[in-house]
Amino acid sequence: MPKIKLSDTAVETIREVCKTFGNKEGELINVLHQVQEKLGYLPAEVQEMIAQELNMSVAKVYGVVTFYSYFTMIPKGEFPISICMGTACYVRGAEQVLSEFRRQLKVEVGQTTPDGKFSLSCLRCVGACGLAPVIMVGEKVYGRVSPQQVKQIIAEYQEGCSSQSAKTA
Amino acid sequence: MDIINVTVDNKPVVVRKGTTILEAAKSIGIKIPTLCHMKLDDLSIENKPGGCRICVVEVKGRRNLAPACCTEATDGMEISTHSIRAINARRTVMELILSDHPSDCLVCAKSGNCELQDMAHQLGIREIHYKGEQSTYREDTSPAIIRELNKCILCRRCEMMCNEVQTVGVLSAINRGFESVVSPAFEMNLDHSVCTYCGQCVAVCPTGALTEVDHTGAVVRALADPTKTVIVQTAPAVRAALGEEFEMEPGTLVTGKLVAALRRLGFDYVFDTDFGADLTIMEEGTELLNRLTRHIQGDPTVKLPILTSCCPAWVKFFEHQFPDMKDIPSTARSPQQMFGSIAKSYFAEKLGIKREDLVVVSIMPCVAKKYECGRDEFAVDGNPDVDFAITTRELAALIKVSNIQFRLLPNEDFDNPLGESTGAAVIFGTTGGVIEAAVRTAYELHTGKDLPRIDFTELRGMEGLRSAVIDFNGLPIHIGIAHGLGNARKLLEEIRSGKSHFHAIEIMSCPGGCIGGGGQPYHHGNAEVLKKRQMAIYREDANKAIRKSHENPYIQKLYEEYLGHPMSEKAHHLLHTVYFDRKH
Repeated sequence: MPKIKLSDTAVETIREVCKTFGNKEGELINVLHQVQEKLGYLPAEVQEMIAQELNMSVAKVYGVVTFYSYFTMIPKGEFPISICMGTACYVRGAEQVLSEFRRQLKVEVGQTTPDGKFSLSCLRCVGACGLAPVIMVGEKVYGRVSPQQVKQIIAEYQEGCSSQSAKTA
Repeated sequence: MDIINVTVDNKPVVVRKGTTILEAAKSIGIKIPTLCHMKLDDLSIENKPGGCRICVVEVKGRRNLAPACCTEATDGMEISTHSIRAINARRTVMELILSDHPSDCLVCAKSGNCELQDMAHQLGIREIHYKGEQSTYREDTSPAIIRELNKCILCRRCEMMCNEVQTVGVLSAINRGFESVVSPAFEMNLDHSVCTYCGQCVAVCPTGALTEVDHTGAVVRALADPTKTVIVQTAPAVRAALGEEFEMEPGTLVTGKLVAALRRLGFDYVFDTDFGADLTIMEEGTELLNRLTRHIQGDPTVKLPILTSCCPAWVKFFEHQFPDMKDIPSTARSPQQMFGSIAKSYFAEKLGIKREDLVVVSIMPCVAKKYECGRDEFAVDGNPDVDFAITTRELAALIKVSNIQFRLLPNEDFDNPLGESTGAAVIFGTTGGVIEAAVRTAYELHTGKDLPRIDFTELRGMEGLRSAVIDFNGLPIHIGIAHGLGNARKLLEEIRSGKSHFHAIEIMSCPGGCIGGGGQPYHHGNAEVLKKRQMAIYREDANKAIRKSHENPYIQKLYEEYLGHPMSEKAHHLLHTVYFDRKH
């Protein structure tokens, strides 16, 4: 695994978050949650530093990161795409929409395209069941999405149009 | 109320509150089957994740079955350990475990010693009704330990040993559901991790998921090579445990038979690591006295306490975890490496052969010794001082494959000159032994007087952390002892914070010391076995004619003929070492 060097701000962020939670081992999940929120993902180097700050083994940290699907070691794309797999969306064809995204982007769920533009994930119910099936790109919600629309949605972002730039999570 | 009444299989039993169903049943001779559970009494080691569910029993009035290993008995509880429901559940659980386990028992390294195999037999499993996907993982090979996770049943004993007992923290359960597996962080190889190769994970693994790297083939090939002189050294703890592999009572001393077996295997000279241990005492004891004397004279640069350095897992532990303190341990090499170094210099010269034509094999209770003998600093021009280290278990396998009836062997003696040893060297095999041996010699060298007594019982025992004050003729010497790396960590943290008041500390990585080493016959969770081995070691010491290292005539001769005096330049070159910072 190639090593990345954490930036000074990243180091400071991790240290701060750990401190907020009293550098307690028992707060690991909270720490991971906040660090991922701030840095976008949890690469090995981040986990190593968290382990050091909380005085626990990095194997245990990795154990927790891999246990919960929420945590990711892969950086989210510039435009993170989430497909709702809640009951309503599912019965109205979310799976076909997801397959089409996988086919078009050539990535699996949890992965990011090599150019770093798109990442693909699933989520459970965004509370817009009336619009099922629902997908989100960044914070923009698309309703009643059909597989045929997928190409069009991707194209919106591929042109690098900043006006529609979705905020990364 | 401290006492409660329960019935197990209709038998009444009175137990203390807080007792588990498993223990309550055991107290009246009912052995509920367990798989993930493991308890080593006296060592405060227990694994009861309640994960495997083999130990489920039926409790009257309770809706679901109770896991006996982690359910407390309560007053009036009526327990059935072999109701139809309990037996069916147990079998189902077992079949589910087996449905994701390779069925290559015939060619598995653990065959015949496998707790999963035994359990399948005990439960009478004849068919696995559940067919499904099987886990497949790559095999991870390191210098000492092989991880074959297809065979892992997720009992998590290894994880408990690695984290709670040893505080090394290499292994953890990762991923979720069917993908769960025990692994180092980021699924890296063991040899990229901070693993110390103590082998305690191997010692407790119920299946063939964790085993030692097998070097018996290489040893057999060396023995068959007519151009090589092959010599062997055997560690002290081996003689107190090898008999178990041949259905002898734990604690049976088999020194004479061990020598006879090695001779029949074809070794040209059968020597004793105890010789190396006596040599270690000469060097380490002298180093201790040097540091003490300088300390008394007020030298502020002197580092105290001195820490023993015989244990390769302990050495790797502090190199990774406490590199800032790497100048505190004694620089003396371990007995295995001292022996190898002297064998390939002094002894090879005596025989008039080149070191490349001499093969040194060691029989060790340890898997870390495999790693130690491969360290670069213990080789001359790429030729290692010790060529192969095999475990007690591997030796037993060699004896069996060579058609030697071990129990019928006569008692034979070690060869000279590297086979002569003292009682002080024998006790290196147990916690407290190295420091007792050092005290016997350091006392006499320091005071110039004969020891009024040889047995320092205050240094003996099984407690994880012990301390004692030994009177060196008016000078109180504070001694600390730790076995298990978690206990060692506590003492190291004290030293780091300047709170330690010890002059000398003995550290052994494995619970019980080398008698409980990762290469010993499997104890299968029975701590009594370790105690019996320890008693055997002290018996061997008591029966020795010479019990102080500096009185070993061949050690004296080695210094006269070859080394000069302890800590001489030549001794430094051959018998001492340096440590590395492996953290940065």
